[in-house]
Amino acid sequence: MRYDTDTHAAAVAHGHATFMGLDNRKMAFWAFIGSECLLFGSLISTYLVYKGRSLVGPYPHEILNIPFTSFSTFDLLMSSLAMVLALAAVQRGDMKQGKLWLLVTALLGLVFLGGQFWEFSHFVHEGLGLTTNLFGSTFFVLTGTHGAHVTVGVIWLLTLWIQALRGKLGPANAMTVEITGLYWHFVDVVWIVIFTVVYLIQ
Amino acid sequence: MKSWLTTTDHKRIGLLYFWTAFSFFMIGGLEALLIRTQLARPAGIGVSAETFNQLFTMHGTTMVFLALMPLSAAFFNFIIPLQIGARDVAFPRLNAFSYWVFLLGGLFINASFIAGPLFGAGRLSVAPDAGWFGYANLTSRQFSPGPNVDFWLLGLQILGIASLAAGFNFVVTILNMRAPGMRMLRLPPFTWMALITQFLIITAFPVITVALVLLMFDRFFGTHFFLPAGGGDPILWQHLFWMFGHPEVYILILPAMGIVSEVLPTFSRKPLFGYTVVVYSGVVIAFLGWSVWAHHMFASGLGPIADSVFAGTTMLIAVPTGVKIFNWIGTLWGGQIRFTTALLFAVGFIAMFIIGGLSGVSHASAPTDLQQTDTYYVVAHIHYVLFGGTILGLFSGMYYWWPKMTGRLLSERLGKVHFWLTMIGMNLAFFPMHFSGLLGMPRRIYTYSPELGVAGFNLVSTIGAFVIGIATLVFFWSLLRTRWQPVTAPPNPWEGATLEWAIPSPPPVYNFTVIPTVANRLPLWATERHGAMAPLPDRPPAPIHVPGGSWWPMITAAGLPTMAIGALAHFLPVVLLGVAVTIVGIYRWAYEPFEM
Repeated sequence: MRYDTDTHAAAVAHGHATFMGLDNRKMAFWAFIGSECLLFGSLISTYLVYKGRSLVGPYPHEILNIPFTSFSTFDLLMSSLAMVLALAAVQRGDMKQGKLWLLVTALLGLVFLGGQFWEFSHFVHEGLGLTTNLFGSTFFVLTGTHGAHVTVGVIWLLTLWIQALRGKLGPANAMTVEITGLYWHFVDVVWIVIFTVVYLIQ
Repeated sequence: MKSWLTTTDHKRIGLLYFWTAFSFFMIGGLEALLIRTQLARPAGIGVSAETFNQLFTMHGTTMVFLALMPLSAAFFNFIIPLQIGARDVAFPRLNAFSYWVFLLGGLFINASFIAGPLFGAGRLSVAPDAGWFGYANLTSRQFSPGPNVDFWLLGLQILGIASLAAGFNFVVTILNMRAPGMRMLRLPPFTWMALITQFLIITAFPVITVALVLLMFDRFFGTHFFLPAGGGDPILWQHLFWMFGHPEVYILILPAMGIVSEVLPTFSRKPLFGYTVVVYSGVVIAFLGWSVWAHHMFASGLGPIADSVFAGTTMLIAVPTGVKIFNWIGTLWGGQIRFTTALLFAVGFIAMFIIGGLSGVSHASAPTDLQQTDTYYVVAHIHYVLFGGTILGLFSGMYYWWPKMTGRLLSERLGKVHFWLTMIGMNLAFFPMHFSGLLGMPRRIYTYSPELGVAGFNLVSTIGAFVIGIATLVFFWSLLRTRWQPVTAPPNPWEGATLEWAIPSPPPVYNFTVIPTVANRLPLWATERHGAMAPLPDRPPAPIHVPGGSWWPMITAAGLPTMAIGALAHFLPVVLLGVAVTIVGIYRWAYEPFEM
């Protein structure tokens, strides 16, 4: 194959407007979220299929702590609010507020993860491990996958926060923050479904 | 060399996909020949049951995930940006990442053939051996204690990431990177079918990922997702697998349908008959493709209501497929047909796919299917649709686009030899399987009783398989010899109508000197309604920026098999090393200067 590699060097920035008028990364992210719906859908279906089919306890009603998890859920919802405020601040160029709300979003995410860590260790202490019964297996894999998503989101938010501290995040990167927000809100919505299906409808 | 390792050019990545996938296709074919040699006579040639299990498992896995899907991906990469009038895909580095993940995932699974001594297995090969659909609870640690199934489930997770990343990339590329005027119903049918395929990939692959993760938990951490001993249900595996597996069938066939929908109009000198109907049939096939998965599971006892529903939806999906077939025949009807090799393969596709489609309809009926389940009749069906369908369609695309990809025309004389040997070989190999299956020969057995009365059919199948092997070698030789030819292909050797034929063969790195404005569906043809598009200038009127290369896609990709190797060896530090490599790769990737 012969390729003219010199043209690689001939660089003149050439803005390429997209056909649909939607940022490429944003559209890719919507596609990714669609894909993630199937991922969580399969895990939630597995949970529902195995509901009530554990051969030994502890069973869900004996161990799930609705008041505590309601607090975690509220915390995660508030983090979505903080995310909205962060994006609005970055979009209008108010990086002081932007930094603040990015950090708050990440910290609220960390509080949620702390709650999940406490809940998991409490369950293990109560005798519900990953392999104890089908409830344990489906519960830990489903909520653990969600927790892994929250962890990625927290790392992402902290990365943006550090970029903002170094003065490398501004209104020009508002799209990056918006996509982070899309991810964060999606993970939040998934939790609402999990909270309803696993905790509220026993 | 470095420029190939770091390339983000969709055309180079397309060629990398092609040669890698073609190599895996040859390996998968070699496995098939070993299987057929063993089955040539009832007592076999001495292949052990263990080896035979590995051969058919790896044959299926290789052909589906390492040959057919990536051969389609080779065309997606090379052709789609050209057909839509773009300079590259939406995310060139993500595209390179997909390729490297695919290559490393394929090497990872195939490494199992020689990894035995590392696991103290007492034999060289510890290749996956539980069948390409890996039914529970055969895949449990209890019944498959070795690393064989681990190679399979980890390798498929890696390959899934490659497909998903490419899926997001091509959805955005096709929707967002179109040249001005390239409205959805002006998209060439190949690009349309590719778009539908990408939607199927991004919805179906998460489901098998979950299935594989649950299986991984069963095998590595002692859960009971698919194990009755702990209350788990092996049938759940079948549901999850086929919920992926049936859309996967359409992931394999829709690109070939797209290729045929390009080749037939070009060589009939007629627009595709009922273009809009062909496009919408593809969409309907994709939707219905999600509602038929349990027809793979009639024998598992779903009950009369589920059986009836899935029988109905399965028969229904034959309708849009049949619509397409009539449209292709209608395209040929009254056309000025040129019998090039590409056209022969496209016509061969129609004929063979009809046979596979008809035996497919016979599976749709649950009572009939019960007689056919796990017999060679099913093997005949799958090979008529995947070889007679997908492979013949891909061959058609290779003859059609090879001059565009390399600037060199394939020999038509060798092409005709290749075509006729392939047609004779595949019908000798796969048609008798209908009979051996209906006479009661189960699939996946390594020897059979002479009293079954299927020895003659099996011998014919084996002879046919070797004819296919010879045909493929002829094709391989034909591909290789073009390397020593001068670059002589004109920009539009077949007088095609779509944008890829408006630029030189092979295309320059920037593809289009100026981005064309599209005014109709067949821009290069003068028809009753419109004239042909004005030729593009020979030289770019202004300097064109082309993205440079990057090491990070390959490095990020390398983290994934590292994690898998650590998991195989039950050695956490190696897993963490893989995680670290991937995380560093992602950060460097995200913050490296890379101008689009």
